[in-house]
Amino acid sequence: MAAAVIEAKDLSLTFQTADSPVYALSKVNLTVEDGDFVSFIGPSGCGKTTLLRVIADLEQATSGSITVNGLTPQQARLARAYGYVFQAPGLFPWRTVEKNVALPLEIMGLGDAAERVKRNLELVNLAGFEKKFPWQLSGGMQQRVSIARALAFDPKLLLMDEPFGALDEIVRDKLNQQLLDLWARTRKTVVFVTHSIPEAVFLSTKIVVMSPRPGRIIDVIETGLPRDRTLDFREAPEFLKLAHRVREGLKAGHSYED
Amino acid sequence: MKGLRDLLAPALLGVIMIVAWEVACRAIPIPQVLLPAPSVIAAKIGGEVPLLAYDFFKTVLQAVIPGWIIGCSAGLAVALLCDRFDFLRRGLLPLGNFFSVLPLVGVAPIMVMWFGTGVAPNIAVVVIMTFFPMLVNAIAGLQASSHLERDLMRSYNASWAQALTSLRLPAAMPFIFNALKINSTLAMIGAIVAEFFGTRIAGMGFRMQTGFGSMSLDLVWAEIAVAALTGSIFYALLVLAERAVTFWHPSYRT
Repeated sequence: MAAAVIEAKDLSLTFQTADSPVYALSKVNLTVEDGDFVSFIGPSGCGKTTLLRVIADLEQATSGSITVNGLTPQQARLARAYGYVFQAPGLFPWRTVEKNVALPLEIMGLGDAAERVKRNLELVNLAGFEKKFPWQLSGGMQQRVSIARALAFDPKLLLMDEPFGALDEIVRDKLNQQLLDLWARTRKTVVFVTHSIPEAVFLSTKIVVMSPRPGRIIDVIETGLPRDRTLDFREAPEFLKLAHRVREGLKAGHSYED
Repeated sequence: MKGLRDLLAPALLGVIMIVAWEVACRAIPIPQVLLPAPSVIAAKIGGEVPLLAYDFFKTVLQAVIPGWIIGCSAGLAVALLCDRFDFLRRGLLPLGNFFSVLPLVGVAPIMVMWFGTGVAPNIAVVVIMTFFPMLVNAIAGLQASSHLERDLMRSYNASWAQALTSLRLPAAMPFIFNALKINSTLAMIGAIVAEFFGTRIAGMGFRMQTGFGSMSLDLVWAEIAVAALTGSIFYALLVLAERAVTFWHPSYRT
């Protein structure tokens, strides 16, 4: 068996606030294998983004252990192990599309930037938009540029924090399909945060259902779906069964509320 | 076409005001000491070109421009230091706000005392006036980038210098240009007022003061006209540079 890309054991993170501590993550155990497409799903406050940020070394856990490629998250970040796609595109308005994609290459001092930029813009179907500025593109296109930027230095691991959350449903469906194609072609490991059940079921090989207060994992679902799905798959019985199980999990996590 | 129309309205209004001023001066016998007519001022400007040019050289080229450049660069340099070392920022920012309200008329004679004769005290006054607006604005600008953008830099393991040049300095440019524009005006005022207290025997401020003394108000007005024109051109050039550098800002996007 191949070594796990991400391995978390009893991972907890507590934020100290003025009035009371916030238990953002409580005793989280998780394994992500090479080539997985893992989604974290749950309501806001369940710690899904926090967990992603701990993997990325943008937050530090208070207790428990986590490894990324067998290293600590900090070592992994310093080794530039992952590309991170944020909720907002976060493109620099003074840079053209191609310069935005080239940004990590400049900072990391990587060669053949032109070729990498070209290849990754083609991967997100944005060839021909190199010279545009971000503010001349639609929101969906901007987010695709940010995906190309995250892939530019060819990390094995892609961390995505609700990348399509701000987009309308039609654009989101299209981008989900494109992301799936991209994942099938590049064989990356993807960790994807979402609060959309159809999105999670459609994309994932593994769905991690989370619940708030304290932020914890309540169900891990191995979908066992083929890699080449199309949007029609969302009407298939297996899809509906999986969606139902995710929904039940989310409901169970919420039972003490409302 | 739109640019032309934008220019036309103020130009027209300006002409109307000058004509009204001229008519008023002729219709009512206003003493020349109180308000000379535009035609009188224009004649004075035409007749005193070498003197006005010499004063322009003494004030603008010798004091305003060098003082503005030194003050703005020093303000930006200290802002970068404050950004690198947070304790400096916490210490200097309140002091900066304190210094920026020091009254010019008190500071100018002190500078003359410190720096003696020549152009040095005038430059010093301009430096003092321009340093803190740049410091305060540049510090605010360097903090203008979002958490997301800074997290992005962290995920790339970018060094402080890399994050500065590729993110935080470009993001600070609108703030820096604001300070450059404010300072262009402050530098003109500072240099002219400093000459009131100085030992210089030429310059726009010196000429205004001696003009008052000898009741040659037309010369005072001629200097005022040159100063106003200079300040406006200085400002306009900065606006053009700002548009070129911060073309991406929502207020300039095309």
